[in-house]
Amino acid sequence: MKNYLEKSYWRSVSVQGAFACVGDCGSSQWSLLNPMGPIGADEKRLILIAFGLMLTVVIPVIVMALGFAWKYRASNTAATYQPKWDYSGKIEAVVWAIPTIIILILSVLVWRDTHALSPYRPIASSVKPVDVQVVAMDWKWLFIYPEQGIASVNKLVFPANVPVSFRITSDTVMSSFFIPQLGSQIYAMAGMQTKLHLLANQPGTYRGINAQFSGDGFSGMHFDAVATSQQGFDDWVKQVKQSGGSLDEANFKQLEVPSQNVPAQSFASVKPDLFQGIIMKYMPDMVQPMPNDQGKAQKS
Amino acid sequence: MESELFGKLSLSAIPFDNPIVMDVVGVSLVMGAIVVGLITYAGKWGYLWKEWLCSVDHKKIGVMYVVLAGVMLLRGFADAFMMRLQQAMAYGSSMGYLPPEHYDQIFSAHGTIMIIFVAMPFFIGLMNVVVPQQIGARDVAFPFLNSVSFWLTAISAALVMISLAVGDFSKAGWTGYPPLSEVNYSPDTGVDYWMWSIQISGIGTLLTAVNFFVTIIRMRAPGMNLMKMPIFTWNILVTTVLIMATFPVLTVTLALLTLDRYLGMHFFTADMGGNMMMYSNLFWIWGHPEVYIVILPAFGMFSEVISTFAKKRLFGYHGMVYATCAIGILSLGVWLHHFFTMGAGGDVNAVFGIATMIIAVPTGVKIFNWLFTMYRGRIEFTTPVLWTLAFIVYFSVGGMTGVLLAVPPADFLLHNSEFLIAHFHNVLIPGALFGYLAGYSYWFPKMFGFKLDEKWGKRAFWGWVIGFGLAFFPLYALGFMGMTRRLNHIDNPVWHDLLQVAMVGTLFITFGVISSIVQVVVSIKNRDKLRDATGDAWGGHSLEWSLSSPPPFYNFAVIPTVEDIDAFTDMKEKGKAYQRPAKYEDIHMPKNSSIGVIIGLLAFVFGFAMIWHMWWFALAGALGILIAVVVRASSDDYDYYVPAAEVARIENERFHTLEAAGAAAPSVSANNFAYQV
Repeated sequence: MKNYLEKSYWRSVSVQGAFACVGDCGSSQWSLLNPMGPIGADEKRLILIAFGLMLTVVIPVIVMALGFAWKYRASNTAATYQPKWDYSGKIEAVVWAIPTIIILILSVLVWRDTHALSPYRPIASSVKPVDVQVVAMDWKWLFIYPEQGIASVNKLVFPANVPVSFRITSDTVMSSFFIPQLGSQIYAMAGMQTKLHLLANQPGTYRGINAQFSGDGFSGMHFDAVATSQQGFDDWVKQVKQSGGSLDEANFKQLEVPSQNVPAQSFASVKPDLFQGIIMKYMPDMVQPMPNDQGKAQKS
Repeated sequence: MESELFGKLSLSAIPFDNPIVMDVVGVSLVMGAIVVGLITYAGKWGYLWKEWLCSVDHKKIGVMYVVLAGVMLLRGFADAFMMRLQQAMAYGSSMGYLPPEHYDQIFSAHGTIMIIFVAMPFFIGLMNVVVPQQIGARDVAFPFLNSVSFWLTAISAALVMISLAVGDFSKAGWTGYPPLSEVNYSPDTGVDYWMWSIQISGIGTLLTAVNFFVTIIRMRAPGMNLMKMPIFTWNILVTTVLIMATFPVLTVTLALLTLDRYLGMHFFTADMGGNMMMYSNLFWIWGHPEVYIVILPAFGMFSEVISTFAKKRLFGYHGMVYATCAIGILSLGVWLHHFFTMGAGGDVNAVFGIATMIIAVPTGVKIFNWLFTMYRGRIEFTTPVLWTLAFIVYFSVGGMTGVLLAVPPADFLLHNSEFLIAHFHNVLIPGALFGYLAGYSYWFPKMFGFKLDEKWGKRAFWGWVIGFGLAFFPLYALGFMGMTRRLNHIDNPVWHDLLQVAMVGTLFITFGVISSIVQVVVSIKNRDKLRDATGDAWGGHSLEWSLSSPPPFYNFAVIPTVEDIDAFTDMKEKGKAYQRPAKYEDIHMPKNSSIGVIIGLLAFVFGFAMIWHMWWFALAGALGILIAVVVRASSDDYDYYVPAAEVARIENERFHTLEAAGAAAPSVSANNFAYQV
């Protein structure tokens, strides 16, 4: 095991050059402040509102801290000195009231937006969403397209302006599926399924990552999330189907072997019910533990 | 391969092939040899053993805790430095100098050490020194138990340190989330080192909390009702309640993980019906209050420092007490904000988000109260005050980013990012560490009889303050750039520049750390100039300042009667300070005992043997502890009386010193009151 890891560590040195500029080289540095979809945009707006609200207290506090300290320095004997002054009902009332008011306002926002931006909530759209099943593995991401019957590793292709409905599990330790520029992350956990709905407003290649530390290969566990036109997506599906490769039992076993900095791969066909099988692998003899579906139940 | 005698332990557990580790081990051995050599050369082994290691004196135990925290701070900081260096170096085609299996151990050790073996012993040490003196007590409720608590903590720190040389430390992060920390994914002994060191020290901490809770509730001087208690003691009281409420949860959680790892059970495994989400819940039911456990004592220290050096009563004492209690209670109900992204529904996430934000209200009240304590005061810019001011400024920012993370949809973006790293360092470094450093320089004369050198103290301050800003504010930005925590290689070029800035910040902090060490050396050298003759080094408000520095082992020859929150200031003003009693009485004191050290050593044997699966050795350790406890419990020889004549001799000497100091000009502080002779 150790020997294997060392080998892959040194191998990753050589492939590193090729990986250095994959991802968001062309896009803005501030990925969270430069959202490319409605979920990310709403979350960014909420961050800025909360930030602004709190600055109304934080800035005066900092000014008062430095101002009071300076004004009442020991050498400034001209300043008032009241060693026994230790209470003022008015000040006490104000210092309880102001933070309370701000937190009240924030609480209303939190209640509303936490529900509106729940990762489980489908995105309202006239277009039928694309379904993708996501599996966190050591140390790569597997994407299964149940309707198209194809799969890919470390490359997620989907049409822009179409909601994408992710069902997420893990074939290893806890991981977190995250495309920063599109919005919310959510954990991937073995034996369980989580859900996430995202949408990209415009075509582009966005960086996707694992946000939860998962062992030695964690740093290299990222993927390209490519939003294309509908035509581009259809072409990609066609191309994957033509390029061959099948994610059957044997190939999946192969894929399960831990590997680091894995380049993108694709499979023209997928073993039926592979995703359910991965979940059930960890939960033998048990009722399938599916979280409450808020959207429509989908048979793959 | 396990042998019956040595379990999993063999010579191959020592990483001879890893030059970095072997260098560290070598340096540690050399430093250890130097310390041992110096003690032997000075012929101080007997003194060290009798007067310190076996001591049940809360002041000496407190000093030992602080020393332990200082040593572990150096280790934790070295880890931080190595991580920063790795992230600064390992980008693009360079993999840096730490392979993942080493880097992962370093960040796991850094978190574990800084929380469990720096923050905890640092404040527990100061609390040991100060609390009995503040409440007018001669010792803690259970002096021997106090010794046991210390040794359980110390040997746990030793377990972490020995993992450097023998085997590995955990690679699963300081939070040790399963299934990564389960035996399937972490088969080596690293997680076991992590688990047993936290488990054993956690028991020590729990015992300490019980001890101080009883001490504060039962042993206050006459007249000191709860609402006349010094504010630091109030903060400690709430802290001990939090420890008693939550450390048992940690103990059980780790015990369940132990069952998983040792007996193949399935509490938290990915398969066979285990539930990893349960671990996250249980861990943070302890872990979130733990943040307040390390911060509330620091809040108490800031309160003492600011009112002493502003030469003013603390503003809004009652509000401070209510705010402290509110923080304590609220902190028990917010743990879920550590995993909003685990898939809970909107209702659950929103409730925990709002509950978390509510904590900002009492915390805000405290900050305002500190501000209004300065208002119309006469502030002396001593080192402790500088730490306090830096704390208020930085902590306001850290609190703000905390509220931001408490907003679940914001957390969906910022969770596990460098923004989170920046946030919790922004609350824990200014919020806890700056407080401890302020408390350390504030109470240093009380511990050793002389003040710390101000020049080097201020150098340390500027190193930390500038370094902190440079090292952690870039991490906020990196979070917005989509950088996650715990990366050992940087493949996104846009992160590179800010990581270099953070590295520069680390160099400033290094300067701060070195300055703190130099400060101690310089202060010891100039101790005669820095001597605190009166015992009231700063014109203090509370009872500890009425004693000599350092106080006699029995603290109070006569238990004082308290009439005001600022009990000692009140005495000075009424002319009641430094009064000679009509006569002295015999004082009942506990005897030192070697059994605390012995229990500690046996716990070390037990922990080490469990880690390496040396079952017979573990059993021997456990049995040994049982025997030691029985021996101690059956002994009647644990106390003695200090004769009144001896007390009179010590006190007369004290009054003599006071007279000598009073004869000189009142150099200590403008606020010093004349004492009666």
